[in-house]
Amino acid sequence: MSGFPTLLYKEVLRFWKVSTQTIGAPVLTAVLFLFIFSHVMEGRIRIYDAVPYAAFLVPGLVMMSVLQNAFANSSSSLVQSKMTGNIIFVLLPPLAYWEFFAAYVLAAAARGMVVGAAVLLVTLPFVEIEFRRPLWIIAFAFSASAVLGSLGMIAGIWAEKIDQVAAFQNFFIMPLTFLSGVFYSIHSLPAFWQGISHFNPFFYMIDGFRYGFFGVSDVNPFRSLAVVTAFLGVVSAITLTMLKSGYRLRH
Amino acid sequence: MPAAIEVRDVHKRFGELQALSGIDLEIRQGEFFGLLGPNGAGKTTLISVLAGLARADRGSARVMGHDVRADYRAARRSLGVVPQELVFDPFFTVRETLRFQSGYFGVRDNGAWIEEVMRHLDLASKAEVNMRALSGGMKRRVLVAQALVHKPPVIVLDEPTAGVDVELRQALWQFIRRLNRDGHTIVLTTHYLEEAEALCERIAMLKQGRVVALDSTANLLKRVHHLFLRLRLSGELPGELRPLEHGSTAEAHILRLKGFEDVEQALACIRKAGCRIEEMELMQPDLEDAFVDVMQRS
Repeated sequence: MSGFPTLLYKEVLRFWKVSTQTIGAPVLTAVLFLFIFSHVMEGRIRIYDAVPYAAFLVPGLVMMSVLQNAFANSSSSLVQSKMTGNIIFVLLPPLAYWEFFAAYVLAAAARGMVVGAAVLLVTLPFVEIEFRRPLWIIAFAFSASAVLGSLGMIAGIWAEKIDQVAAFQNFFIMPLTFLSGVFYSIHSLPAFWQGISHFNPFFYMIDGFRYGFFGVSDVNPFRSLAVVTAFLGVVSAITLTMLKSGYRLRH
Repeated sequence: MPAAIEVRDVHKRFGELQALSGIDLEIRQGEFFGLLGPNGAGKTTLISVLAGLARADRGSARVMGHDVRADYRAARRSLGVVPQELVFDPFFTVRETLRFQSGYFGVRDNGAWIEEVMRHLDLASKAEVNMRALSGGMKRRVLVAQALVHKPPVIVLDEPTAGVDVELRQALWQFIRRLNRDGHTIVLTTHYLEEAEALCERIAMLKQGRVVALDSTANLLKRVHHLFLRLRLSGELPGELRPLEHGSTAEAHILRLKGFEDVEQALACIRKAGCRIEEMELMQPDLEDAFVDVMQRS
């Protein structure tokens, strides 16, 4: 029998056991964002003509939480295990590199989607939101969290110290997330920055995710899904290559 | 019957450091084998190569006939490793730690064996305690238990008794001996040479990444021909015997002699000087002497 289900279960239990920190804290942050931004911006901006700002903002905040928490899960688990040395417990067993990959990425996706669902649930009483295309919501939540879970693995394997993971998060993940249209529609940007935004893969994650709620988006959702899937393919290939070669794990 | 461990011409370099320079080693099934050497000799690197934690630059390694690279799943299933570092996962309890380790090896419904291992290592009362809350000795026991959950035929212990109190050391060796009697092959690295002498049938000594001695423990001891004479005298040690002094203490003189024929000579010398012998003991060389001897000559 394979060790994969146990590794997946362990990785999920790991964040579940400290859920105040891994689920509660990000939900609180997202809710604060929602209240402050919607209070300041309400009435000033209307997006897609019919959508009030607070309703527009909620899917963006949900996706932002999904992305950040999926990344945090795999990156922190790996870097902590490497630093404390207990990574040896998963390196000694007969786990294939792709089982290792699947367990960490799926656990990261689970954390991302649990936090996302919690943010959505908490904001529902305050903001009226539609769920026009629920399958798109699920497809984008899963594919985006898998991308970030995989990026988290790359960061966690590469980093030798916690602050290197923080740098990866602060200088790469955060800017790409904030500039992807979490707080605004890229149609409100000047033409030059609209063009630049199309090179940000995170933009397609959030835009496609929003389509699931409102049935309208900046870009055709099929195109967004194609971009996100292709990006997932690329980061997965990089992660799998690192794992197969034993980079910074097996010397 | 394949060898428990077979290492052929294994080389491993870490940057500037040549950690292993052509190791050849065969350990038979059921042996209690000792791997000795000073710090940096390559013991842990060799274990890492066997366990798949490090990859050899050249040469091959097999566990129970399974190549550690090409047939890594079978090789790793055959091997249980107790690492030297006191590592643990602070998120989980003792029982969770052991269940997970068992699951990683694909062994499910392993509760009965896990209970038995915990009982033998005196961990049963700590089963539901978080790893963080355990003492160093208890954490060490969990590491041993983790290496045993999948019932591996070959068990490697990398300095398992470093910094461990006497009581645990005794209990641990009793348990490891029992596993050896039950047919498990045991490979041990230790700094405590008296432990290796008492437990191991065969010993390999490593120095700078090479095997400098490989023989039965008895044969290694036979290689050291000198013996020690411990004396407590009523007066001063005669001047002629001074050059033979080897590690004397305040209460006693210890003389290093080439053989039994030298004993007679030394006693005659003392008689001649008018000294009275208050206490006398003849000591056989131990593994430490053999170790020092081999290290100096290689």
